[in-house]
Amino acid sequence: MITKEQVEHIGWLARVNIDEEDASEFASELSTVLDYFGQLDEVDTSDVKPTYHVADIMNVFREDEPRGSLEQDAILANAEEVQDGYIKTPKII
Amino acid sequence: MVYENPDGVMVGLEIHVQLNKLATKLFCGCSTDYHTSQPNTHVCPVCMGLPGCLPVLNKRAVEYAIRIGLALNCEIVEQTQFHRKNYYYPDLPKGFQTTQYDYPIVSDGRVVIEGEDGEHVVRIRRAHMEEDPGRLMHMGSIDRSKGTLIDYNRSGMALIEIVSEPDMRSPREARRFLDKLRNILEYLDVFDSTLEGSMRVDANISIGGGDRTEVKNISSHKGAERALLYEIMRQKNIKRRGEEVVMETRHFDEARGVTISMRTKEEEHDYRYFPEPDLVPMRVGSWVDGILETLPELPDARRSRFISDYGMVDTHAKALTSDIRVADFYEEVASKVDPAAAAVWVSDVLKGELNYRDLTIASFNVENMVKIIELVASGKITEKGAVEIIRNILDEGGSPMDIVKEKGLLKVEGDVVDEAVGEVLKENPDALEDYFAGKEKSLNFLVGQVMKKTRGRADARSVREMMLEEIDKNYR
Repeated sequence: MITKEQVEHIGWLARVNIDEEDASEFASELSTVLDYFGQLDEVDTSDVKPTYHVADIMNVFREDEPRGSLEQDAILANAEEVQDGYIKTPKII
Repeated sequence: MVYENPDGVMVGLEIHVQLNKLATKLFCGCSTDYHTSQPNTHVCPVCMGLPGCLPVLNKRAVEYAIRIGLALNCEIVEQTQFHRKNYYYPDLPKGFQTTQYDYPIVSDGRVVIEGEDGEHVVRIRRAHMEEDPGRLMHMGSIDRSKGTLIDYNRSGMALIEIVSEPDMRSPREARRFLDKLRNILEYLDVFDSTLEGSMRVDANISIGGGDRTEVKNISSHKGAERALLYEIMRQKNIKRRGEEVVMETRHFDEARGVTISMRTKEEEHDYRYFPEPDLVPMRVGSWVDGILETLPELPDARRSRFISDYGMVDTHAKALTSDIRVADFYEEVASKVDPAAAAVWVSDVLKGELNYRDLTIASFNVENMVKIIELVASGKITEKGAVEIIRNILDEGGSPMDIVKEKGLLKVEGDVVDEAVGEVLKENPDALEDYFAGKEKSLNFLVGQVMKKTRGRADARSVREMMLEEIDKNYR
């Protein structure tokens, strides 16, 4: 069971404001999702090795050789505010 | 003497080391050579986490991580992988940091430092690879800034985060550990400490078994010592008032020398770590033997070799090997002149003059040091003259011979000194009386007067001998 407080905390982590009404709704919706995962948890997987990747590959590397970067203009293009080549955001602590 | 730790100080450090000798970032081909570039010019879709991009791991970064692990006497893990650490903060445009979680590439090592009561082991819990976030510049001080400027040039630089056990018992020990670590990393040639932001420290500190606080964003070794001294004082004051230290994250304000309470820290489960799906696991255990063979001589080994090869005392060996540039400088000088004399001149004199001016060994060249030592050895200048030349080169530049000529530093002997001795004895009858009355010190005074008259160009030892002879001959 997920609580309204937990929804609000998740909202805080994601920097998303969630109002009272939505919080209650999300709490019940997320509970349903978690219940489903709860069912998956009951499956006995003690003999199964963890699978992080579908393809069974290992050791993919790149040599330490520089390639070009993007132009500064391209990097700044999506920024809401720019100053002296930097992306500017409101004060962050 | 047993070191007492009356306040029960326990310090553990987490050190972020930038592998800035790599040519490219950890997961993309962006050049690492950005320190003198415009902001946001060494950035690509991978650094920005744009949809559809795919990170590919820098092979050399993994080799460097193993080198570091071996140098810190760590275990190297057989198989490892990367995780995503999710947090929402503008230094990482992707919304997560690619890092290592439950299988750090190396763990369980140890470093020996000069502790408060002799040699002391600091255990290394783990060291893992991760990407550096972008650089945030707060406009004004962090707690009163009006906005934040972001440069993503640093975003994606390869970092090794080295985590120690809480084995340090004083701020000074913490600083010595950092110095030792930096020294080892420079010997390994994986890192250049002179570049800005190359080593950043977070410190955990508790006293008397209480809760610990974490001080973040310390950017220098001196800063680490100051931050810890402040934090110990702050925690002591809390206890003195009968209150408890609360567990929290604090920021070190370098300018004011104080720590300030920061945001509520995310709990570990808030980071929602999960295996990075865009990077495949690594199995690199088989690399270890090959890398072991390429490992250079490390500081402790070099120190022992200096003692056995050059016959120097341990304090000189320590001073000369505590920075790879100084050690290399010394060995070059020692290959051309008497190694014993070189040890004294480099470690006692030159290093002292450099420290006093806050300069590095790069400010002095081998040829000049060799020339100066030769001039002293051949008796052309005095030791005092040699020190004057070193100071002159550091302050105004120039070559040893030019300075000798310009300042008239060639050693004076014979008649000139004879004459000066005679004059000094005539001019200072009181001091001579004192000497006859048993005051050995007044002889030093008289010798000093001769040195003054000859502007330091006489050899103090022979002046002393001549003076005693003269007294015996004409004054007894």
